[in-house]
Amino acid sequence: MSDFPSRAHTSLKNAQMRRNVRKAVTTIRTKTGRVIAERADWQQLRDAGSAIKTEALGSLDTLLIQLEERIQAAGGVVHWARDAAEARQIIVGLVQATDSPTVIKIKSMTTDEIELNPALEAAGIRPIETDLADMIVQLANEKPSHLLVPAIHKNRAEIRSLFQAEMSRPELTDNPRDLTDAARTYLRDHFTHTRVAISGANFAVAETGAVGVVESEGNGRMCLTLPDTLISIMGIEKVLPRWQDLEVFLQLLPRAATGERMNPYNSIWTGVTPGDGPTAFHLVLLDNGRTRILADQIARQTLHCIRCSRCLNVCPVYERAGGHAYDSMYQGPIGAVLTPQLRGLAEAGSPAFASSLCGACHEACPVQIDIPRILVHLRGAAVEASRATLGGKLSAETLAMASAARIFGNAAMFGFTQDAAGLLGAMVQQDGLLPRLPGLGAWSLSRELPAPARQSFRAWWKQRKPQA
Amino acid sequence: MNAREEILARIRASSGPPSPAPARDYQHADALSPGETLSKFAGRITDYGVLVTEVANETAVADAVREICAARGIGHLVTSPDCPGPWQPQDVMITTDRGLSIEALAAIPAALTGAACAIAETGTVILDGGFAQGRRAISLLADFHLCVVFAAQIVECVPAAIAQMAPAARAGRPFTFISGPSATADIEFDRVQGVHGPRQLDVIIVRTGAASAPRS
Repeated sequence: MSDFPSRAHTSLKNAQMRRNVRKAVTTIRTKTGRVIAERADWQQLRDAGSAIKTEALGSLDTLLIQLEERIQAAGGVVHWARDAAEARQIIVGLVQATDSPTVIKIKSMTTDEIELNPALEAAGIRPIETDLADMIVQLANEKPSHLLVPAIHKNRAEIRSLFQAEMSRPELTDNPRDLTDAARTYLRDHFTHTRVAISGANFAVAETGAVGVVESEGNGRMCLTLPDTLISIMGIEKVLPRWQDLEVFLQLLPRAATGERMNPYNSIWTGVTPGDGPTAFHLVLLDNGRTRILADQIARQTLHCIRCSRCLNVCPVYERAGGHAYDSMYQGPIGAVLTPQLRGLAEAGSPAFASSLCGACHEACPVQIDIPRILVHLRGAAVEASRATLGGKLSAETLAMASAARIFGNAAMFGFTQDAAGLLGAMVQQDGLLPRLPGLGAWSLSRELPAPARQSFRAWWKQRKPQA
Repeated sequence: MNAREEILARIRASSGPPSPAPARDYQHADALSPGETLSKFAGRITDYGVLVTEVANETAVADAVREICAARGIGHLVTSPDCPGPWQPQDVMITTDRGLSIEALAAIPAALTGAACAIAETGTVILDGGFAQGRRAISLLADFHLCVVFAAQIVECVPAAIAQMAPAARAGRPFTFISGPSATADIEFDRVQGVHGPRQLDVIIVRTGAASAPRS
């Protein structure tokens, strides 16, 4: 299995991808910065957003039961899925019951997380992604590289070639306007004829039973309004206590995500409405590791995330390594904390180490998730876990740390080691820095370590004591 | 144990202490005068490329609709069954939606609706399926959406609108918040207007009167 450094190494060599990502995140940063600066109460909104999420996670059981009651009272059906396999089974079964050979889909990270599309295809059902970027990624048979702009790694020329080939439209130019028009034409028939849609959800309101989707293109409205059957899947952490809480998140999300005062469309519905929209509505509530995260008092704030992707856009590592290096549908700083918690530290590779802990993500997060703190916490857990294995017990790092513990624990040994280090410093010192450390070549290649002082503080103190 | 019981049990085993209700120190109440609110709304939706027409009262709406139709080459409108007579121009073909098929709806180039509420700060109109709005598909499949907003329906900030929509939310009504025409920035983060929803949104602001005016 490849790890983050080796994947990042590959993507760093892709100059075109790096140019595409840099251009896009620079544009988003400018736009979000401008509209956030407009709100004098931005910090108060962040405080409230964070507090509402803390409150919701503290009474999640009550809120989910209340949500279920409200949705059922409004003619909807609520399903519960312990893990991805159970969620796939529920959704595939619901689609099969409609006999529809195709489903139209709204961009949803949660359906990516449970790997729904391959399961639908295996059951002979064709999933059609309707978000422009998701459609690009699906047609190219690639993976998303950004939470919000999944095709951020592709430029207009690459998208043009893709559409020319996949839509048999050789006349297409690389003008985004023409490319967008081509997508409109390509999807229109699917919207008006497909009887089943699958969506994610940005939030649900326990008090009223409302579920909401925030979007820009109108593909969401098409999927939520025109089919007979709507199936939505939502992580259990997305529930909000009350209707009023929307006033906070409908301000935080668009400004932090796309840099708009409000995104073009928000759809909010409760169960089914006679004469308006689908006649059947199913909500699948997904756990898939979320209750495990909830049980970790430091990491549980990961579940505050509203998927705005602002942490990706401000992250120096994401900007250079790109989204594919994270090997997950959740990339960037939030991906670095979320992926290992969802998949397990060992299986998720090393994204928790893919950060310089610079703190830009924490500062930018609209719900103030302390991502660096969670990263350090997860790194600690990863080191603990690897120390428990035999290979880990015999690793240079473990042995070095064990001998350091012995030395620091014994005054005489500590003094002796310092004297020895002073001797080493006197021997190899260049400009006050140690050039290369024997046995730690790769590590000391990229880090400069100050040489040990020729005389330790303890030695100096011992020397000066009689004069005092 | 079924999935529901098991997930709830896991939550109960892991939940921390209940937290206090959140402090809401952000702006709640509108601070602008009605005139300022109206001009802020007009300015903000103009930023989205929306054409704004202001009229003095409801009787002038039909003329404004006629002019927009002429300017955009629209010869056919769809409306909800309760669309007021004073909004409907005589010389434009009008189809009332009484359960039209999706295909029939998609063949009509423009939709004329009212709104439930509007937000000046964000340039948003909110539809809740109430008076003169009809079902959601009306304002979705058309290329042009003409929306009539009364000045009295415009609030300044998002919290004021959410508070005003609370009764409809408790009644389970479906909401659509519309802030400009459909758009995407998925290609190089270049904004393109007119993706799957209407390509153009035109807003007619009625300075006096209210949306609850007697139906004709």
